[in-house]
Amino acid sequence: MNIKNRFVFSLIVSFPMFIGMIIMPFGYDLPGGMWTMFLLTTAVMVISGRQFLQSAWASFLNHHANMDTLVAIGTFTAYFYSIYAMLTHQPVFYESAAFVITFVLLGQVFEEKMKHAASGAVEKLMDLQAKDALVLRDGKMMKIPLTKVEVGDLIRVKPGQKVAVDGIITEGSSTIDESMVTGESIPVAKKTGDAVIGSTINNTGTFMFKASKVGNDTLLAQIVELVKKAQTSHAPIQKTVDKIADIFVPIVIIVAILTFVVWYTLLGASLVNAMLFAVSVIIIACPCALGIATPTALMVGTGRSAKMGILIKNGEILEAANSIKTVVFDKTGTITVGKPRVTDIIGDQQKVLEVAVNLEATSEHPLAAAILNKAKEAGIVAHEAQNFTAIEGKGIQAQISNKKAFIGNQRLLTDYQLDDQTAAKMVQLQNEAKTVVIVGFDDKIIGLIAVQDTPKKSSAAAIAALKKRGLRTVMLTGDNKHVARAIADHVGIDEVIADVLPGDKADKVKELQQQAPLAFVGDGINDAPALTTANVGIAMGSGTDIAIESGGIVLVKNDLLDVVRALELSQKTFNRIKLNLFWAFIYNTLGIPVAAGLFSGLGLILSPELAGVFMALSSISVVASSLLLNRVKLTHTAPAV
Amino acid sequence: MDKLLIAVIAVLAIGFIVWWFFGRHQSKEVTAERDGNSQNVKVVVNGGYTPSTVVLKKNVPAKITFNRKDPSSCLEQVVFPDFGISEFLPQNQDHVIKIDTTKAGEFDYACGMNMFHGKVIVK
Repeated sequence: MNIKNRFVFSLIVSFPMFIGMIIMPFGYDLPGGMWTMFLLTTAVMVISGRQFLQSAWASFLNHHANMDTLVAIGTFTAYFYSIYAMLTHQPVFYESAAFVITFVLLGQVFEEKMKHAASGAVEKLMDLQAKDALVLRDGKMMKIPLTKVEVGDLIRVKPGQKVAVDGIITEGSSTIDESMVTGESIPVAKKTGDAVIGSTINNTGTFMFKASKVGNDTLLAQIVELVKKAQTSHAPIQKTVDKIADIFVPIVIIVAILTFVVWYTLLGASLVNAMLFAVSVIIIACPCALGIATPTALMVGTGRSAKMGILIKNGEILEAANSIKTVVFDKTGTITVGKPRVTDIIGDQQKVLEVAVNLEATSEHPLAAAILNKAKEAGIVAHEAQNFTAIEGKGIQAQISNKKAFIGNQRLLTDYQLDDQTAAKMVQLQNEAKTVVIVGFDDKIIGLIAVQDTPKKSSAAAIAALKKRGLRTVMLTGDNKHVARAIADHVGIDEVIADVLPGDKADKVKELQQQAPLAFVGDGINDAPALTTANVGIAMGSGTDIAIESGGIVLVKNDLLDVVRALELSQKTFNRIKLNLFWAFIYNTLGIPVAAGLFSGLGLILSPELAGVFMALSSISVVASSLLLNRVKLTHTAPAV
Repeated sequence: MDKLLIAVIAVLAIGFIVWWFFGRHQSKEVTAERDGNSQNVKVVVNGGYTPSTVVLKKNVPAKITFNRKDPSSCLEQVVFPDFGISEFLPQNQDHVIKIDTTKAGEFDYACGMNMFHGKVIVK
């Protein structure tokens, strides 16, 4: 028999006793008197109450005690005492036992419903997946189930259809609603060469794409996996609670025994009253609210943030996010768009660009992409350069037509000279927030290329919001300090640490950490060590694997405002955990003394039935409070424009 | 006189509770049975997890079959925080949970309310 049926049964069977309780003051009695009550209560105990006893006994054998132990001891004490009282013609308390069981079961019915509601969110995410896909096989388009789709398959998506798996568009264009994965409500325009995410919905156009990730490798599958882990993880605060919960039940039983002895032997209460006090103590002290306070809040909080494209990995991160004082940002790709373009070329345009292209042709540096684009526009094609070597922290060099060519940053100036005019030009460009690349050929500097990366539209708003929360903002970049300062001023960042070698980022983070706990925000590709070093690593992913791997919080969208939302949600969730724990503790710390009759002098007593109601309420209120996290208002909920 | 008797009984009862619940009681370790390229072990859920500690061999796919006898809603969920597993156990039915054995270590698991604890050791 499941909990719901047990509840319904005990509700129906104890109802006549409830009527009896109401009509008693008017001098009426249930037909059959206490014998009827005996039969009804026995039915409740056997059918609905037996399982408490069963479970309590099983735990007892394992040296454990749990909430069922308390319910079983409390109700069966009242029940057996009543049988004894009935046989010796004293007042009976059958209804107490029956009512407590009914109320406890009521609480459990609600709790079960809410628990399933809280944990169901992740499964719903998985249901978002398309069921099948239109795949090109043997030269024909065929509809095949999702599980049969392989990497490299060409898949056609028509308007209104779901994108089956992750991939790259090979043909056609469209706008795609990615809100289910990124939380971004505005549809995104996509053309050939753009990446598409599985489970997102195609709006207007028809396109073909090549599957790059299927099954458990897709972004959605990874998100689901992450959220699952986060929801089952434990916040460190939980450890204290666990320790208390472990010893709680036996202690309550001891307190109940003491209550009984003190009332009966010292205060001279009747056997009946002493027993009722003891039973009330046992019933009200059920620690279930304590046990579910943290997990339910964690579940709802991480579930809600996942829907917004903010993946919080575990409870530990959530708790850490609460104590950070500083937010450190990477520049390129985090504060800026990460798509720099060439703005100025100093020196012989053609020659400088030609050398630069030859050197950068195979590089994956974002600056290289800018130079290659510029060269493409100018119609310059890369030739073969040989013997590539990296100049550590400075740039690269290679042989072009048997002469040494090099390209790199300002640090190259330790090896090469710059004439005064060019040097002045360089400072001027840097003050305009442009990154300057030095190009050299045949052992001489032949020119400069200025590249600019513009800040994201949301960056300034996000920094302002963080400052409003009282956080110190720092920018950490490998770029030159003039450029860095110019960008920092533009978005409103307080401090700039520039000229940091990629390998030193983590060390700088460690240094800053000495002062106060901090969060590091980076795009996850070259920032991985810094992300892991920081108390809270926030990876701006656009969904890359490395980002998901190294960040404690992963932002699916590339929007800096999500940093603010992530911190705010963590804080809200953690506060909710604390609130839940506070209530759960208050119920017990206030409830037990009242139930023990400490305030009976003031006329404040708690009957076992009432204790049962309170106990059920405490669990329900904790779960409800966690579910309310879904509705808590955030200051920065407006979607980024 | 009966008051004295009750006081004595109460003291004895408290003593027993302290010894029974807070004393050190050893739990048994059980090593999973190998079956070709897999290993299986059964855990009965009844007022706790029996056996409460399960030893698995590293890099051999492992399955733990939970069978919940206990009617308590306390134990209806089993949570492995390290593996991201949180599943509901149907009463009196076998419920198989696959364990990732690629990493060695001790992994605690617990019921949904974190009142009952078990452990998986991968080595």
